[in-house]
Amino acid sequence: MKPERFGLGILKGMAVTSKHLFRRPVTTQYPEERLTVSRRIRGNELIWSREKCTGCATCAKACPQGAIEITTGKPEGDRYPVEKFQVDSGYCIFCGLCVESCPYGALCLGYEYEKAKYRRKELVKAKEELETSAEKQPSGYAHPEIEETLPRQTLLLEREESKK
Amino acid sequence: MNSFAPLPPDWPGGYWLHWGVFVIIILAFVLLTVMIFLWYERRGLGRIQARLGPNRAGPLGLFQSVADAVKILTKEDIVPAKGDKIVFWLAPAVAFVPVLLVFAVIPFQDGAMLADLNVGILYVVAVSSISVIGIFMAGWGSNNKYSLIGAMRTVAQVVSYEIPLGLAIIGVVLISGSLSLTEIVAAQNIPFILFQPLGFLIFLMASLAEINRAPFDVMEADSEIVAGFHTEYSGMKYGMFYLAEYAEALVVSAIIATLFLGGWRGGVLPPVLWFLIKVFGVFFLIFWIRSTVPRVRIDQIMGFAWKFLLPLALINMFITGIEVVLLPDGLPWPIIFLNIAIAVILVVVWSRFFKLGGGRVEA
Repeated sequence: MKPERFGLGILKGMAVTSKHLFRRPVTTQYPEERLTVSRRIRGNELIWSREKCTGCATCAKACPQGAIEITTGKPEGDRYPVEKFQVDSGYCIFCGLCVESCPYGALCLGYEYEKAKYRRKELVKAKEELETSAEKQPSGYAHPEIEETLPRQTLLLEREESKK
Repeated sequence: MNSFAPLPPDWPGGYWLHWGVFVIIILAFVLLTVMIFLWYERRGLGRIQARLGPNRAGPLGLFQSVADAVKILTKEDIVPAKGDKIVFWLAPAVAFVPVLLVFAVIPFQDGAMLADLNVGILYVVAVSSISVIGIFMAGWGSNNKYSLIGAMRTVAQVVSYEIPLGLAIIGVVLISGSLSLTEIVAAQNIPFILFQPLGFLIFLMASLAEINRAPFDVMEADSEIVAGFHTEYSGMKYGMFYLAEYAEALVVSAIIATLFLGGWRGGVLPPVLWFLIKVFGVFFLIFWIRSTVPRVRIDQIMGFAWKFLLPLALINMFITGIEVVLLPDGLPWPIIFLNIAIAVILVVVWSRFFKLGGGRVEA
């Protein structure tokens, strides 16, 4: 004789839902309220370092989309001067293969994720736009030394506990 | 004159004035309350599901239903090429108008109603059954198999649940000795939910099925038959069905408040406010059930109506009848405990008879 058979199951269920009524909502009100993202986020921008890049074009070969265009001049010592380094982030799928393949650690994926644009041509980035700046910070993806310096991701679990 | 005093019996005046004022009051009340209900249900459901619900349009998302109404009004109005055009056009009106008509006899406070019919509750049952014709017309006129399946499910369901619904009302009518809603409210020195606990449960479940709300919403089960009878509807015609659905929920809340919770009666606060508090309370119960209970299958719905609700409603009617015959001077309060005990015993005993083969369709 199970008590659930006699309508008590429904009453139990209704007790559960009424408890949820007084719970704090778990949703994040996005534009006003932001969570700290993962330290290894593959944010939708590419960051290129002028100092570290030798112009070897391994990244362009690794890119499955062919989104990276690179042209170099005559070799100067152990490196090529990079004349053109252009990324069409409209084609980029943020797989991170260029970052992983770079033998000199010159490429990083960004920490930002809000990069919507009104025009397609605004998505094509020349090398000047790809360097680190105040709003363009690298993420820890494939760069453990950067990951160390970044703040930890907010977990909803911790949020719930900190309110108690 | 303070607003707490009962209105003069001839308020607001002569025959036509009374008619005009109350038609406007009812139209405004239904449209406004439906909009508030939409917001109330979506916010409430949101909180139950640990989210916020609509909170962008206006303070606390209060204007969300206005935004939805504007969106629906500006949508393209599509009529299926091979549909039955006249039926398709008429269906939303046929579904919505009876719901409005029901409000003619619901007392907002003592004497504040369009028509004090001496057969009020009979009128309510009769008129509210018409809207299912509108739903069937919608299913037929759309020339779409999902619409037709949804509409036929509705008809089967509503016709079955009318019977326990009516029998549950008879219990209330027996105690109060009148079919008039004014006199039913006047008879409730103790709310009838205490005298009729089983009747209340039967009425609640049957009316949830009547208005096709969860868990009895198979007619628009979106995981099976797209949107049921209003699959082909768009624009304001769809809006009318949406309006009718919530207006029906409002009707059910108002009738439950009137029949079982003492209507506009209650101390201190003005009677209209009491009525509204009870209506909103009952509607909370309705969407609380919606948020908890999963949708039941069509065979379970029919089995529930004919094998569970109908016998219990009959037994409840007989027991109430015997009590009223034995105690002709009105029921004393100790009978409340007897009735609650009878309700519990009957539900437990009948649950043992009533089985639906653990998830399988019964042979």
